[in-house]
Amino acid sequence: MRLFKKLLLIPALLLIFSFNDAEAQIAVKGETVYTMAGDPITNGVVLIKDGKIERVGSASSVNIPSNYEVYEAKVVTPGLIDAHSVVGLAGHLNQEHDQDQLETSSAIQPELRAIDAYNAREALVKHLRDLGITTVHTGHGPGALISGQTMIVKTAGETVEESTVVPAKMLAFTLGNNMSRAITKPGTRSKGVAMLRQELVKAQDYLEKRNGDEEYSMDLGMEALADLLEGKLTALVTVHKANDIMTAVRLQEEFGFPMVLDGAAEAYLIIDELKEAGHPIIVHPTMIRTSGDAKNATFETAGMLYEAGIPIAFQSGYEGYVPKTRVILFEAGVAGANGLGMENALRVLTIDAAELLGIQDRVGSLEAGKDADVAMFNGDPLEYTSNVIGVIINGVKVK
Amino acid sequence: MNIMKPIQSLLLALVCTLLLGGNGFSQSTPQAFTGAQIIPISGEPINNGVLVVEDGKITAVGGPNTRIPRGADVHDMSGKIIMPGLVDTHSHIGEGDGGDRSSALHPDVRIMDAIDPRSDTFRKALAGGITSVNVMPGSGHLMSGQTVYLKLRKANTIEDMLIYLDDEKSIYGGLKMANGTNPIGGSGFPGTRAKSAAMVRALYVKAQEYQAKIEAADGDESKMPPRDIGMEALVEVLEGKRTVHNHTHRHDDILTAIRLSQEFGYKLVLQHVSEAWKVADEIAEAGVPASIITLDSFGGKLEAAEIKNANGKYLEDAGVLVGLHTDDGITDSRLFLRSAALAVREGMSRKGALESVTIANAIMMDIDDRAGTLEKGKDADFIILSGDPFSVYTHVEETWIEGSKVWDRSNNEDRKYATGGYEIFRGEIHTHHDMGDSQ
Repeated sequence: MRLFKKLLLIPALLLIFSFNDAEAQIAVKGETVYTMAGDPITNGVVLIKDGKIERVGSASSVNIPSNYEVYEAKVVTPGLIDAHSVVGLAGHLNQEHDQDQLETSSAIQPELRAIDAYNAREALVKHLRDLGITTVHTGHGPGALISGQTMIVKTAGETVEESTVVPAKMLAFTLGNNMSRAITKPGTRSKGVAMLRQELVKAQDYLEKRNGDEEYSMDLGMEALADLLEGKLTALVTVHKANDIMTAVRLQEEFGFPMVLDGAAEAYLIIDELKEAGHPIIVHPTMIRTSGDAKNATFETAGMLYEAGIPIAFQSGYEGYVPKTRVILFEAGVAGANGLGMENALRVLTIDAAELLGIQDRVGSLEAGKDADVAMFNGDPLEYTSNVIGVIINGVKVK
Repeated sequence: MNIMKPIQSLLLALVCTLLLGGNGFSQSTPQAFTGAQIIPISGEPINNGVLVVEDGKITAVGGPNTRIPRGADVHDMSGKIIMPGLVDTHSHIGEGDGGDRSSALHPDVRIMDAIDPRSDTFRKALAGGITSVNVMPGSGHLMSGQTVYLKLRKANTIEDMLIYLDDEKSIYGGLKMANGTNPIGGSGFPGTRAKSAAMVRALYVKAQEYQAKIEAADGDESKMPPRDIGMEALVEVLEGKRTVHNHTHRHDDILTAIRLSQEFGYKLVLQHVSEAWKVADEIAEAGVPASIITLDSFGGKLEAAEIKNANGKYLEDAGVLVGLHTDDGITDSRLFLRSAALAVREGMSRKGALESVTIANAIMMDIDDRAGTLEKGKDADFIILSGDPFSVYTHVEETWIEGSKVWDRSNNEDRKYATGGYEIFRGEIHTHHDMGDSQ
């Protein structure tokens, strides 16, 4: 009998926990609801149950059950998706102990995993979350030929395990002059490409062995590159100048791995070539400083690429100083006002980013069955003076 | 042969016309701007307002019935917003620099001797609607040098841009000081905050003695102390003719900056003031103005890690004169109005935020007699906006300085300075102390 009582207690406890936390039932009412799956709904309702979106529709068609907590906002959107960041590996203090986005001991280190360095409690993660960003593709940063792996997280959770959506997503490459000064090799652009090609040739041999029957000794770096060659990982190539972008395209054609271009400040000079090559672009932060390789960046690049039909997403990018991170909501605002347009910018912030990252089954739109990640605004989300008044992640109100 | 002469004269006249009239309108013809909402800053917005400009000055600002002088060029600005040209109290455009690593104290060094008047960074500022700016040397020194107050007129020489504060044309800027961690470390530099303050105080004591010798000489050349250009600049500070712009972040450093200014009685503008929200009342009580910055995120610099975009609200509520600055390249001069909008986002009043990019900064630079508002008699520095100053969708369409149009978004060559483009920004952005690898 005693054991039986104890066993009864466990589900009861679970029930209490779930009511307070993950499985609260919520209704979000919005004067305008941008579902990203069809036209915006005027006076819309999003029902949330057990961490997932239960139903989305107009207020007249959706009944809100009486036990649902109700929130109201002028504008409701899916949680925003930052397609490339380093937050969690890079901390706000900018001291040696909280900067893990770039290991400078060697130029090529594909074995470095983001999950071994992501700090879910980093203040910058909360900063992004409070501005409506619920999913972040983060990890190793630019500055080395291959700096390491990236991952996809939700901006909620207190441990990396709780936050993780995809533990290993891409390998971070850098081409051009964006190499960290702390890394001595390569000394030239062409040397850098030669080093990468040699390493990828090695990985081709390694992959052959891995797929063969004979014994082989495991190499963590080669494992990651073999995953890239097999298409299990994607190359995230940070590159700005037009000639360096074409070098990335050439490298991809030689080895045939999946690739996403990142930054691409001069993409507008080679739009036809990029359209033909067909790689998605995580466009540089709209307000990136016009210096170094990115000195020819424009506020209008996102708009031009979108117009050309090239899939794009926004990024907060990497910042070495002040501010320590950018915010895609703000970058999208300036892009929206400079040719992209407000509704397109919202798409790029949500469903387009989800598709680029391959997580569109879970996030990016307000549709039944998807994760309940919602951002609430008191006005046009892109306006400087609007505020984010509520954020829901996995059905839990986190702001 | 004879026929060539008139043609030559004609050509010459044409060239002269182009040179003089190319950037705007002849100075003698009055210009009237009608139909816009005018935000004069000195008063409530005026719908369907009229702004009249002549000889580089504002001659009238008012409602639709304002008299337009006969023969004026009338510009229909219906649907637009006109407000004063923006004033930036802290920028690093112009590719200049200040003191070197030979000393922590450089009151003698003038950034005006290093600025490139042709730098594209000035065009970038015009694209953001900035017409007056305090360009400062960096913050890696206790005193990194003398700053310059510039009007972003079309210029061949730096002198063409200077804003003179006195009739002798000897003062056209302030003095940059810094405390906290930036000036600390290295040979000849302080190792601690208290040492920093002691070094500054010792130099001001010396300057007081120098000043006393000059006063004792009472005009007798033979009794004057030997000329010392650093001491001369500090005497200008002690006499209240040259304002100290003190970079400071942490709340205790803010109070130290105030303490030193009170000891030596100099005019102080607090710069950055990242932890202002902790000591807003103390700043208000001291009566010291604060020039702040808003950012996309906190962090990146340890002593500034607790900065808040709500500083504008806290300081405004406490009654402090609040200005905003770009600190270009920390934020982008093209988006200076955005800085004010972000302050509004965090609770500052619209009125206060509008003042913080215009008249408040003009007061801090002692140029409020000629800039910062649209009022009769002031310089005709104004901007034409496509919409609300704080909307992301609004563009600066035209920037006018002293009655001349100096930037026009409808001109493709000018427009590129607003959007960026291939080979537009050639000059390097000022790299801040410890900026590290970027992007």
